Amino acid sequence: MEMRHLHALLKQRHSLGQLEPKGGKLAFVTVPRENLRGLLTELRDVHGFTHLVLLTAVDWMEDGLFQLTYMLNNRGRDMTLGIRVMLDRQEAQGDSIHDLWPTAATYQRELKEMFGIDFPGSPRIDEEFILEGWTDLPPYRRDFDSLAYSQQTYAERPGRVTHDPREYMKSKLYPDGV
Amino acid sequence: MFNFKPDRTQYPAADADGKLEIDLETGKYLKLWQGPNHPGITGNMSVELTVCGDEVVEGKTHVGYLHRGFEKLMERRTFIQVFPIVCRVCVPEPDFNEYCYAAAVEDLAGIEVPEYATWMRTLILEMGRFNSYMMFLGGIGGALGLGITGQWMTYVRDLMLDRFEELTGARIYHMFILPGGVRGHLPEGFEARMEEVLSTAERYLDDIDKVMFSNSVFKTRTKGVGVIDPKLFEPYGVTGPNARAGGVAKDLRKDSPYLVYDQLDFEVATATDSDIFARATVRRGDVQTSIDLIRQILRKMPKDGPAMARIPNVLHWKIPRGETYIKGECSRGEYGYYLVTDGTGYPRRINVRGPSYTHAMALLEHLIPGTNISDVAALMVSLHTYPPEIER
Repeated sequence: MEMRHLHALLKQRHSLGQLEPKGGKLAFVTVPRENLRGLLTELRDVHGFTHLVLLTAVDWMEDGLFQLTYMLNNRGRDMTLGIRVMLDRQEAQGDSIHDLWPTAATYQRELKEMFGIDFPGSPRIDEEFILEGWTDLPPYRRDFDSLAYSQQTYAERPGRVTHDPREYMKSKLYPDGV
Repeated sequence: MFNFKPDRTQYPAADADGKLEIDLETGKYLKLWQGPNHPGITGNMSVELTVCGDEVVEGKTHVGYLHRGFEKLMERRTFIQVFPIVCRVCVPEPDFNEYCYAAAVEDLAGIEVPEYATWMRTLILEMGRFNSYMMFLGGIGGALGLGITGQWMTYVRDLMLDRFEELTGARIYHMFILPGGVRGHLPEGFEARMEEVLSTAERYLDDIDKVMFSNSVFKTRTKGVGVIDPKLFEPYGVTGPNARAGGVAKDLRKDSPYLVYDQLDFEVATATDSDIFARATVRRGDVQTSIDLIRQILRKMPKDGPAMARIPNVLHWKIPRGETYIKGECSRGEYGYYLVTDGTGYPRRINVRGPSYTHAMALLEHLIPGTNISDVAALMVSLHTYPPEIER
């Protein structure tokens, strides 16, 4: 079954958005949060998308949204589907799928720490994952300024010369001007 | 054959959620930290073991010792400035990061890579895979007390690093595969010098077969130990040699061919027992496949041609809004880059999918209970995990 046929089959049942194909083997589609679980379960159990490749987030701060991306793969048919769920940035909470793929718990734990997106019921969700004693904004949010943080937190090493990367590259790569 | 049978009567009771009721005050259980500084740990992570006698009843993995914030850092860099960062995500096999990032940028920017560059990329990736397996074969021997294998494999890896240095100018972080192609051509006489390295490697690998794979201590300690039930492969995201050792021939070079793998003749190594020994034999088979592939690539690749496509002025390079996922088969399984662009000169989001993320966390925690303390190191090494790709 091609990606387009699969989309046509599932579109109404799970309120899928437009299919965005990227070649024949990869496509992206958006689904409402309330339909996510049903869609993932059907894709896994009926359509052979048994491999959860990754789960991550994108911060669309200017739109007030977090995008969760669930990447699923059907190995037999060599098809990968990226499923997007948009969350309100102010109420950043997703639905745990650790019961569908146990390994999802690790991704969800990281998303809680790095983006502040909660997944109630996910194992060890509140335990520190990578950061230790972190009290600032979740650092992968766009409004966390890593440069300001490092300037406030760490002292400048004496004797170090810092170039502005853009100007330095310009002088090295395009000495005659661009 | 020796089979370790854990005494389940020693196990702590579990509550309704499956959480073990461990009271350290009873003196029956002990916490034992394996890592972060421990010869039996593959890099910068630790495993918090709860033991009862010499049997492990629970294991929790801890990472964060090597977090460098690469994914955040890359959002503040132009597309070309990201290029020297990506290889540093994974020390032992850095080239996959370069390939996946370059291919993702090319996909979203609509750049077609010259044929010569696709052959060179395949060559580089197989050389990197070979090196990664050298570290594995040395490491698995080391985890079980065979110190000599680590020395031999380090020597052979060093010979391949000489070829890397000759080809790319660098030994570890090559920064050779960049968006648009590769940085150069094969030096004069490279094929002959590579053949010397491969022949030497084969001689040492014959010795490894005798000293390690035919060694009764090695066999006793690895056969029937650390078995992964193939039913766990999908729920736990098991890919690559760890799956192939359990009879599932997962290999993206075959399942979803990229670069020039569809023009190369090779079979992927598999086994059936899914234990530590099977995982080691699959990797031993994969090394030979890589050696054969390197010879084949050097024989079949075009002798000349452009190595780079034209790319835009890198200081003003903006990529239209979009997202893509590029994957490849590294020595440990599926490696992938998820790239999101927003029409500006900077990536909106880059997420690195390394196989260790699933193998060294959820899977390892699932496999540890019931093992003997002395087997934890071999179990972990047998999964071939590299912590840097977990925390990036």
